[in-house]
Parts: sequence; structure tokens; C-alpha cells
Amino acid sequence: FCFIPGGLDCSISFVSNVLGKVCVHGRQKEILGVLVPRLTDLTKSDCIWQRICWQLVEYVPDRWMEAVVLGFVQRAPGADVLSRLLGNLVVKNKKAQFVVTQKILLLQYDHTTAVLQNLLGYLSLDGLRRTLLLRVLKELLETWSSSSAVKHSPAEQQLYISKAILLCLSHLKEPEIESCRQDLLTSMMEGMKCHLDSSLPQLRRLGMVVAESISLKINTEGPVLKFEYEEDDETRELKSLLVQTSSLYVVPSLPDHDRNEKAGAALLLVPESNEKSHTAIPVMPDEESDAELDSDDDLIPYDMSEDKELKIKAPVYIRDCIEVLTGSRSEDVDKWEATVKALESLVRKNPAATREVSVELAKILLHLEEKTCIEGFVELRQRAQVAVLTTDPIPVAKYLTSQFYSLNYSLRQRMDILDVLVLAAQELSCPKFHGKTKHSGAQKPCIQLLLGSDSSKDWRRIVDERIKSKTRRFDMGQSRVDLASCPNKFSSVAGYFFFPLIQHFDRPLATFDLLGEDHLVLGRLVHTLAILMYLAVNTVAVTAMGKALLEFVWALRFHTDSYVRQGLLSCISSLLLSVPTEQILADMTEELLETQSWLGDVMEKDPDGDCRRLALQNLLLMENLKKKLEAVPS
Amino acid sequence: MALPPPDPQFVLRGTSAAVHALHFSCGGPEPEIPLLFSGSENGFIHVWNLKTHRVNTALDGHGRKSVYCVETMGGKDRLLSQGRDQRICLWDLAEGRTSVTDSVFTEHVGFCRCSLLKVAQGRWLMAMAARSLEEVQILELPSKTSVCTLKPEVGAKLGMPMCLKLWQLSSGSQPVLLAGYEDGSVVLWNVSMGKVLSQLICHQEPVMSLDFDSEKAKGISGSSEKVLSIWSLNEQQNLQVYKTHELVNAGISDVTIRPDKKILATAGWDHHIRIFGWKKLKPLAVLDYHTATVHCVSFSDHSNPRQRLLAAGSKDQRISVWSIYAQT
Repeated sequence: FCFIPGGLDCSISFVSNVLGKVCVHGRQKEILGVLVPRLTDLTKSDCIWQRICWQLVEYVPDRWMEAVVLGFVQRAPGADVLSRLLGNLVVKNKKAQFVVTQKILLLQYDHTTAVLQNLLGYLSLDGLRRTLLLRVLKELLETWSSSSAVKHSPAEQQLYISKAILLCLSHLKEPEIESCRQDLLTSMMEGMKCHLDSSLPQLRRLGMVVAESISLKINTEGPVLKFEYEEDDETRELKSLLVQTSSLYVVPSLPDHDRNEKAGAALLLVPESNEKSHTAIPVMPDEESDAELDSDDDLIPYDMSEDKELKIKAPVYIRDCIEVLTGSRSEDVDKWEATVKALESLVRKNPAATREVSVELAKILLHLEEKTCIEGFVELRQRAQVAVLTTDPIPVAKYLTSQFYSLNYSLRQRMDILDVLVLAAQELSCPKFHGKTKHSGAQKPCIQLLLGSDSSKDWRRIVDERIKSKTRRFDMGQSRVDLASCPNKFSSVAGYFFFPLIQHFDRPLATFDLLGEDHLVLGRLVHTLAILMYLAVNTVAVTAMGKALLEFVWALRFHTDSYVRQGLLSCISSLLLSVPTEQILADMTEELLETQSWLGDVMEKDPDGDCRRLALQNLLLMENLKKKLEAVPS
Repeated sequence: MALPPPDPQFVLRGTSAAVHALHFSCGGPEPEIPLLFSGSENGFIHVWNLKTHRVNTALDGHGRKSVYCVETMGGKDRLLSQGRDQRICLWDLAEGRTSVTDSVFTEHVGFCRCSLLKVAQGRWLMAMAARSLEEVQILELPSKTSVCTLKPEVGAKLGMPMCLKLWQLSSGSQPVLLAGYEDGSVVLWNVSMGKVLSQLICHQEPVMSLDFDSEKAKGISGSSEKVLSIWSLNEQQNLQVYKTHELVNAGISDVTIRPDKKILATAGWDHHIRIFGWKKLKPLAVLDYHTATVHCVSFSDHSNPRQRLLAAGSKDQRISVWSIYAQT
């Protein structure tokens, strides 16, 4: 029962029932669209209406409570309004508590940031509810720091949980942080470890941002944790959540960020002008020059046109380069720098000379470390390596692939080997792209590979385009510039690139275990194989490569790392696109049928969104094959 | 049509080590032989006969440690040399002798050349970097008594002194010291009172070398950066920047003004010697001979202007001697 002005008693439970039934039938939008604004107005200053509102929601039967609460949380224009409308519902009603603290936060993840802000703000606004806030934070952190959750839950869910954590942190007060400081620290360390272990850059960044924020909150004085990562919209949005905004609506943080940057720049300019004043005003000798004749005039200058900037000359012969790069004389540092910069062009201009010393040069470059600080050293070295590999593919490929599986190389070096192989394969198969990448069209992944794991996105783009070009037979006109044709140099050497890489993947070495800890390298290896397969189209070895690749994928198909799985699915795409249809249908039908059922499984059940998309794509490609089979008159 | 730059008049070879210091002694009347003293990285001081272009004597007094400063004290018979063995040696070279008469243990481990100033007959003041990092000590020679120690104030953060020049406006007036420091500033010290008269930040990098024209109260300093800085001294003894000149390549090891104050020469890290007019710093010539960093340049003190020479010593172990603008 409740009281309204006029002294009349009334029961509100009928209204609650109606509300509940309507909501559970999916009509939240209609009814709450009218009800919520009205109640917002009424409850603004009238506490009787507030109590009416609270009773309204309290009397909703349990079986419809979830729909109602969810509706309110989604529709309320702010946390304080939600607080007015729901009151302490979450404390009094078990079902509401479950929905708010468990279901919305941990079991669902498709709500907007505004919803999260409403919900968590609501929990923070009342002393009774704040204990729930702390409990919620602890549970969120448990999920965030659990390694199995990081490995198996979709990226969107992880983003959602990270946002929720940051919002909780923003609401915490000093004494509360004090009380759970130790737990926060432990969770932060564990969570950081799992996130940094992941092969997906997005997850690593999420982990870094959240860990930084936690560190900021628990270390009010002294150094805080700071990672280096590229800022993007996602990270900026996350960081903005940490700052409490008292307004009702979410304020976009980007203008603030820009303003801060400009302020920083302005501060930098000021000290410079202060310094200049130190050196005082230069004295202008005006009177002197007018009065006296310039007695310097009788000193005639000599010709100084030869006066140029000093350039250290790089060696002109390849063998000299080798001497300089392997020499240990520390004085010739300038020459070493000049050699590193000039090496790529020298190699390309002297193919015959390079072929004589190709393996030695490849060895030197693989082990070359930065002696002085050169800009773009990594790129210079990589380009030189690619140049050597394309000039003399077979011996150098043999060398590099053997080194990939050798002892005592760092992960970085092994991944460099893979990058170099891919770039060289690209260059060999489409030589027009070397240097001048002005050609339009989808094929532009060259430089991206330097940065690593984002290559899968570009290749997906390319594969998409290829699919488009294969499925639409109508005249669409020239969508791409026609390139002049020339022989595919990759054809004769594809096997040397591909097979050695695929041979030893299951043999662990003392310092290198592809199937164990080094799953990042495995992921890169799988992507590399996919690219090599793709580039091998129209080559002689393509069928044999396809068979080997199919076996390889089959062995690894249940790998737990989603980056590896993405790579495996890219392998299948490349295979389906590169191996001629007749060969596929002749040699690999059984394996393909098995693969098809696996792809169906992946498409439905894989937690990673990219994997599901790739699986769907592969199934579509297979459909095309089937159509071809049916189209061929038997 | 400008003439191409001249070639060296002759080149002195035979030091077998990089040349770090040069000093002419050609002022004596005929038939005295004009001499050039050179200090090398292998610790030897070579006395070159400028008529025969051969070494007269080689002096070994610094324990095979690099000699980076040579100066004569009133004639070619008294020589002062400074080496990396932390010693300053005074030599007696009269009548064919080659003996060290005295030495000062400076305990200085840097490369700052000392500066000499004759204050009275037989009495010299010498400014040298001392053991303590930022200090400059003034000694009286030949008595080796300390006149004063010039210490910058606490927190000045000038760094090591890199180059020194003692001078006085006229005979009998107060001696003052110009010191270039590691932080790029040039400081004017009053020697008798041991106080700073003026300080000026001339460069962003350490001051490698400086020279001063007391008549025009103008000085020039070179650094490891691309800029030459010219500064002047006004009546209140304050240093002010007069002009700066940007070079093509960075790095100056030495800068010296010809005694007639008409031209100056710089020794560059880019293997070139550059000649400028002193009045307005008009670039006059770029002398290209050496194949490594030029460490030092020095003008001769010939009484006959037409015989004047310029010598440059380099890391390539050669000393090039030039006759340039000798006609004016």
C-alpha cells in the first residue's frame, strides 16, 4: 500500500503486474518510452512520487523482474535518474540484484557504454548499494584476470568487461580503495600477464589500458604503471571512462584530449623564448658600416662552390660491404652506417656479384645488430634481406628456412625470417610492386607485414576481393588497373620457401617450442604459409603445397589460440583460391568434406568473431566449387 | 670569376701521429731559421725547419702521451708544452739543448689548452684547467706560484673549461681571462679579484675554441655545432652577441685570428680549413687538403708580411702550410 495526496490508500500492484507483463512480452520500448520520462519529471522533487515509483517496481513479480529492470536501466537518461526511479530495489529484491550485478555485467555483453554508466553509477549513489559495487568490481576483476576467460571469450565481451571495470574504478572513493588495495594489485598483476600473453593486439592493448588505470588508482603517489602503445579511439574512449563526469550524459573525450595536447605544446614554446632573451639583443653595427669603407673589400674571396656537406662514402662493391659489416673496428662507425643505408640498392644493382656471396650476406644480415642509432634500421635491414633473397632465391631460402628451426635464435629473429620470406615471395610473384606501390587495387599489404599480426586483416581483404572477382561473372568493367604481364619468378622457387617451413613444426627444440609456449610464432608461421599458398597460384608445385597445407591445418585445427585459428582458416581460403579446381576435386575431395564439417562447427561455435567470419567465407568458396562441379557436364 | 682556392705551399710529413698543436716562431731577424713547433698524439714535439721542411729535433717529454698545446715564451729558446700526462713542461732549447727545465703537475685530465700572457719582463701568467672539474687556476711563471683559482659559483653548472685566453687591454692593466665552458657559455673573469665579470651563452654545445681581438674588443668562438659565434665586449665589461655564422658542416676544433686582425682561420671536423674576413666575417676561402679532422690552425709571426704563413695540423698526420692573403 502507499499513500497519495488526498489521503487515499491505493494498491499499486496491479500496475506493477501490467508493467511486468508488457515488458516481458517485448514491449519495453513502447511502455517505458512513455513511462520513464513521465516518472522522471514527477520524481524530480516529489518524494511521494519517488516512493510510488519504488513500490511500482518492487511489486513486479519475480518472473518479469528481469525485463522490467533491464528496460529501466536501458531507458533511464542517467544514473541519478535511475537511482530515483529504482531506489534500493537491488538491495531488497534478489532477482533484481542478480540481474543488475551478475546478468547484465557478466553474462551479457551487447549493452552500450551508456547502459553500463547508468548501472554502475546507480550502484554508487547510495551507501547500501556501494557494497554491491565493490562486490561487482571484485567479480569483474576475477573474470578479467582469468587466463581461460582471456583466451576463450570474444573480444567484444572482454572490451565490455574492461569498460565496466574502469567505470567501477572511477566511482571508488579513497577508503574503499584502501580496503581492497591488495586485491586490486593481485588482480592487476595476474590480469596483465594473461592479456600480454595474447596474440591479438587488441586484447593486449585492452589489458594495458586497464592495468594502467588500476595502477593509477592504487598508487596515488609514486610512479604509476605506464605502457607504450598506439592510442586509438578505443583506448581513448576507455581512458575517458576513468574520469568521473558529473553530467547526465556521456561527454565525448576527444576534444579534451586535443586541448590537452595543444596546452602541452604551448608550454614547450614558452621556455624557448625565455632562453633567447638570455643572449641579449645583438648589437647592430650600423654606424660603422656607413662611416667606414669596408676594408674587407680588398680581400677577394676564392671560389667556394666546392664546399658541400660532408658525405661519408659507402663502399661500391658488395664484398667491401661485407667487410665493413663484419669488421670490428669501432672507428668506422660512419662507414658502417653508410653501408647499411646503401646495401639494398647495391644488392639490386649487382645481382651477379650478390649471387656469389648471397648466403654469407644473408647470414650477416640475419645477425646484424644496431651498432649506432640509425633511423629506420629495422626496415633497412629487412629491405636488404629481401633484396638478397629475391636475387638468389634458392640457396638463401634454404638457409633462412633451416635457420628458422635452429637453436638459439630469438623469437624476433624467427619472425623476421618469416617476414622476409613473405616479402620476397610477393616480389618474386609480382615484380611490378617492388618499390613503386602506386598501383591501385587491393594488393597492398607489403609494408604492413613489418608491423606484424595485422596482416590477417589485409589478406582477408584481398581474399574477399578475389572471391568477388570469382563469383561475379557479369561485366563489371575494369575494376583494377591491368598490369603488364611477365613471368612469375616465384613459380620455380615456391617449394623451397614453403616445404621446409612446414616440415618441422612439431619437433620441439630446447629453445623453441612451436606447439607450446611460442604460439605467437606459430600464429605468424601459419599466416606466412597462407600467404605463400596464395602467391603460389598458377605455379607447378601448388597442388603438392595444397595437400601438405591441408594436412597441416587438420593437425592444428583445435588450437586454443585464436590468432592461430585465424591463420589456419586463411590457409584454407588461400588453398581454395590457388589450387586449380580440377586438382582439388581430383585429389582432395575426402579431406575437403571433412574440412567442410569442421568449418561448419567453427562458424557456429568459435568464440572469436573473425574466425567465424573466415569459416563462413571458406564455406562460401566451397559452395562455388560445388557449383562448378555441377556445372561441368559429366 | 672567382679563383679556385690555392694549394698548400708545402706539406710537412713525418710526425707519424695525429697533430694536435702548432706554434710558429719566425719573428727573429735573419739569419735565424724560421721554425714551427708541432705537438703530436704520440707524445713528441717536433721542431720543423721551415727552410728545409725537415724536422730539426724531436722532443720527448710527455711519456708518449698526446701533446695538445705548444707555446713559446719570448723566443724560440723557451718552449712550453702541455700533454695528456697531466703535465706542463718548460723546455730550454738554446744552443741545441733539449732539456725540460721545469714542469707543473696540473692533474687535469681533459683537453683544455693553457693560455700564456706576458705581464712583465721574465714574468708570465698562465691560465690552466685544474684538477677540480670547473676550476681554472692562474699560475705565475717561472715561479709557479698560484695567483688565484677561478671557481664558478655553486650551481652554475658550467661544466669543464674547454678553452682559455688570458689578455690585458694594455701593458700594465688588469689581466682578464676569457674561458669557454662545456655548457656553451663564455665567461669573462677578473683575474686579480677572482670574480666573474660577465657570462654569455654562445652555443648549445661545448665551446671548442675561442680567440679574442683586444683592440676591437670582439671575440669569436667555435663549437661542435654548426654555428660560429662572434661576441663583443662593451665598456661595462659585458659580453654581448654580435653575430652568428652558420657553417656547412658541424664541428670546429680550433679558431685563430691573424695577428694583423684582418682574417681568421677555423679548423673543421669536415677536413676543411675556412678563412673569413675578421671585420664582417665574410667567407673568403675553403681550403681543402686534409683527409681527416683538422685539429689546429696557427698563423705565423713573420715580421715581413709577405712571408706570412698559415699552418694546419690534422688527424691524417700531416701539417699543411699555406700562404694566403699575404699581400694585404
